[in-house]
Amino acid sequence: MDETRWIGTTLAAARPQAIAALLRYFRDLDLAEEAFQEACLRALRTWPQNGPPRDAAAWLVFVGRNVALDTVRRRAKHTELPPEEILSDTEDAEAEIAEHMDGLHYRDDVLRLLFICCHPELPTTQQIALALRVVSGLSVKQIARAFLVTEAAMEQRITRAKARIARADVPFEAPGAVERSERLGVVAAMIYLLFNEGYSAAGDTLVAREPLCDEAIRLARLLLRLFQAEPEIMGLTALMLFQHTRAVARFDMHGAAILLDQQNRDLWNKPMIAEGLALLDKAIRHRRPGPYQVQAAIAALHARAERPEDTDWTEIDLLYGTLEIMQPSPVVTLNRAVATSKLRGPEVALAMVEPLGDKLSGYFYYHGLRGALLMQLGRTSEARESFMVAISLATTVAEATHIRTQLDELKDCRGAGGVAGGELLSEI
Amino acid sequence: MIYALLCYHQEDVVCAWTKEEDNAVMARLAVVHEKLAKAGKLGPAARLLPTTAATTLRKDQDPPLVLDGPFAETKEQLLGFYTIDCVDLEDALEVARELGRANPGGAYEVRPVSLFVPGSFVP
Repeated sequence: MDETRWIGTTLAAARPQAIAALLRYFRDLDLAEEAFQEACLRALRTWPQNGPPRDAAAWLVFVGRNVALDTVRRRAKHTELPPEEILSDTEDAEAEIAEHMDGLHYRDDVLRLLFICCHPELPTTQQIALALRVVSGLSVKQIARAFLVTEAAMEQRITRAKARIARADVPFEAPGAVERSERLGVVAAMIYLLFNEGYSAAGDTLVAREPLCDEAIRLARLLLRLFQAEPEIMGLTALMLFQHTRAVARFDMHGAAILLDQQNRDLWNKPMIAEGLALLDKAIRHRRPGPYQVQAAIAALHARAERPEDTDWTEIDLLYGTLEIMQPSPVVTLNRAVATSKLRGPEVALAMVEPLGDKLSGYFYYHGLRGALLMQLGRTSEARESFMVAISLATTVAEATHIRTQLDELKDCRGAGGVAGGELLSEI
Repeated sequence: MIYALLCYHQEDVVCAWTKEEDNAVMARLAVVHEKLAKAGKLGPAARLLPTTAATTLRKDQDPPLVLDGPFAETKEQLLGFYTIDCVDLEDALEVARELGRANPGGAYEVRPVSLFVPGSFVP
């Protein structure tokens, strides 16, 4: 890695903490971002000569704060900038500020920064776009590509979102325990949405969106480093890791989805599985189960199975049962039906699926699963009908291709098609 | 003399590496590893999972306290280690320099080993 690249990585790594702390000083997102930019420019000028500071984030906060204070003053009085040596010569002060900036201090800052991106009046896609821009520092161009809109449109969305949160009343004092835990919940949900934006991509959008998964995992690890004893954050991180281990194995060379059952498990990322299992182990010790932990536990059972037939469907069925109690939803029941079909056959599973029709009539996976179960039962014409509805609801080429394969199997009258997925059906 | 090379680096920087950067570092390191192994200098070595996967057992109380996270809350974290067999410190530092060229940033602590137990399992 050459020097500029190393500096670039260091600046990117320090960004969430630095912006979050600058936001606390200035209580203005634009000014905080501007201050960070200025500090980065100075880093690019001074680090190659003076060497990197011991604590990059603290250096950036200190320099950024001075520069921005100056901008504020200059705007007010049109006074001159002090000479660069004064601003850059922060050796002693930096050490002092670094003492104050460790761990606990950043903790609520970073959480607050993520939390304000999750303003309830912002649509979720805007929350995600804002977090990617402000916290992760992705360019508007990169974000626009991921969301399939023009750069100008994305720029406008982000500007509007920022204007919205600028008017919002964000408390800057340290949050109490209850509020902190609420904020963590909101932020965790946003991070998982961000992950799913990346995970649901296929075909043409895959290249542009896959980085969103990496970014979500990076943010989750960041949160986990700051909140080390939160089992649900461990669960969330583990869940995303387990899903992301299959990134390479999920699609064939033509971009068509490969089901869990048929994936080449040697392509799964083993260190990521190990990390997920380690986090889940840690989470379970806390004996405070939650929906992320349960979903991670389900994903872990898939990740642990060396062959599809090694999958512990009994345990998966039980875990979905737990999830149904914690977070009742027809989608969870639909997923449980997959496990049930493996354990007790398609007839029992179909009986679970049918009553969900009212709520899930517009849901691709409902019709896909129903079709697969009917096919297994030899009810081919009903199966075909279900598959046709599923195709009409498919939102990606991968989804449509998968259903078409099932329809082809129907034509061949083999009728032995298995049930897809088995893990929150967004699996394919 | 057996030395441990304790690898310290800023974890948020390593975590911010792209897949390509990570792969490039690992590929460069693999070349050095092979050379060291051929020279009979390389013993067991490990890259550790992120500190978020760590748990710490504090033995200074009874019963010991189990805490989430790594032992030390420092800017630079222990992210891996090597054991190497070298004639002297200068030799060990040369190995560290060579590994450092393949994996810049952070620091290697060169620590002589007092008792080496090769263990029994091969993963």
